[in-house]
Amino acid sequence: MSNTNTDIHTAQKPVSADEMLHSAARSRTFITGSEAVAEAVKRANVDMAIAYPITPQSESMHLTGDLYAQGYIGDYYRAENEFAVMAAIHGASLGGGRVFTATSGPGTLRAMEMFPVWAGSRQPIVCAFMCRGVALPPSIQPETIEMAFLLDTGMIMFHAENAQDYFDFILAGYAIAEQPEVHLPVGVFADGFFVTHTREVVMLPPDDIKLNVYDPTFAPIPPFDMEHVPMRMVRDPLLNKSNFVSYAASASWHQEVLAAAERARKHINHYMGGLIEVENPDADVMIIASGTAVSQSREAIRAMKDEGINDVGLIKVKSVRPFPEKEIEQATAKASLIIVPEFNVGGWLSREVKASIDNNKRVAPGPRVFGGASMPSEIIIGEIKKYRQ
Amino acid sequence: MVQETYRVLPGPEAYLAPAAAMMGVMPPDSGSAIVEGSVVSEDEAIAVIARKLADAKNPAVCPGPLLIWQWDDGVSAKAAAVRELAEACGAKILPMIDYSARRIRTDMEISPNHPNVTILQNDIDVCLFAGVHSHYANYALRLIRARTDCYTIVLGDYSASEDAMASLRDINVDKINAITEKIKSLKRG
Repeated sequence: MSNTNTDIHTAQKPVSADEMLHSAARSRTFITGSEAVAEAVKRANVDMAIAYPITPQSESMHLTGDLYAQGYIGDYYRAENEFAVMAAIHGASLGGGRVFTATSGPGTLRAMEMFPVWAGSRQPIVCAFMCRGVALPPSIQPETIEMAFLLDTGMIMFHAENAQDYFDFILAGYAIAEQPEVHLPVGVFADGFFVTHTREVVMLPPDDIKLNVYDPTFAPIPPFDMEHVPMRMVRDPLLNKSNFVSYAASASWHQEVLAAAERARKHINHYMGGLIEVENPDADVMIIASGTAVSQSREAIRAMKDEGINDVGLIKVKSVRPFPEKEIEQATAKASLIIVPEFNVGGWLSREVKASIDNNKRVAPGPRVFGGASMPSEIIIGEIKKYRQ
Repeated sequence: MVQETYRVLPGPEAYLAPAAAMMGVMPPDSGSAIVEGSVVSEDEAIAVIARKLADAKNPAVCPGPLLIWQWDDGVSAKAAAVRELAEACGAKILPMIDYSARRIRTDMEISPNHPNVTILQNDIDVCLFAGVHSHYANYALRLIRARTDCYTIVLGDYSASEDAMASLRDINVDKINAITEKIKSLKRG
């Protein structure tokens, strides 16, 4: 059922992503990460959102439902399960709408089949992931293992450190995803509970502005349109076992998805200020982290300064896909030791870093926490001291 | 050692030709164009495109759905300009009517799913695409680069195609006519 309560929605002034992200005056709020997600959706001019609850995502989609009731979103419903959510949101995007959804951990895995489908059909869907453990063994606590499973789906992936990032990256996600030369789904990830369930200062632009409407006629593929020639035939290459589409053609389609992510780099630089942020770039020891591991690393660096250890720098990875290979190679050029703290057992970020730089024996394998464990700054400091001896 | 600078050149290049963007070739910003993997001025690209079409033994112009089916203001003028360009260089018109996975008459049309077959069967040495959605342009261009020695040109409605050997973006009637005039001038000698 579409929304009839459109007064608030239509009263918002449409603005460019540049104005929303860069020039609109911001005011100070003290909100949770889940609330920051809803504040982003409120300003994103979303046509449709679809929900299915799972901890720790539930609150954000509950608040998104409230936005529908208030008239900020065109349509909203609760689907049967996560796979149904991701399939239906794909359909809404194919229909030319701007869409939003969110999920967590096992929900991500349950919906897994749809993520490469989103990318393969070049749909600019924005999905928030509130990362948590999966059955390794079961845990609802913060973990980023689900990100490892999504690395090669073709999606663009951003990792928020805090609620401010979560707000900004979701809105930037729409701006980047909808560039004609990109036109890919964007997953915006944050560590569940640490970000979603804690309050912090978030600077917000006014809520009487919203992003300009999404125009699907600028898509690099025809909008899904049953009314006009060439109708649904345009998507037949998805049926790649047809006699008339070779495996080489299917491979070329696949390459185009990855190429589109490469073309996103300049837009990530523009809307997010780069794929990474670097502190103390000349340091002998570099910590490379994403998500809340960045915050723990900052605390470790502060504590080490108190001890008189000043040669430790930090690389915050904001974009995981596309991965900032060149930026990390450059930022680690002077480092003799690289530490990669992670909230997962697999060490996917460590593997990505090792694959990106020369002399990767400099990369220490951890520290990693998982199964619900937190990451005290002391274990980061301990890792640095261990490898320096 | 992996090659540092990748150039987008006629093939046959490889079993699966790489996506130029994956090799570090980025499409140009507004006001620029791309030739063989390097960003150049629009005038330089227009000169290269005109020269390639004027010198071609058997060129083809391939209009796509954004010219054939689109009903926006200005599309018919753009289509007429492309037809005049084709006439100026004596090119066959081989339309890419849609992107469907169907059997096509390879003597009359081209499909993004196996464009190399049309290129090879018609012995096309230079082909120009106009009005093709950018995803399908790049998709087809890699197949042509992989399997043929054809020189590929794309006139992009919004973006240039970095997988083409030469490409202009934000194409309009003036840019198309500039290529046509250059071809005519080269043909006159």
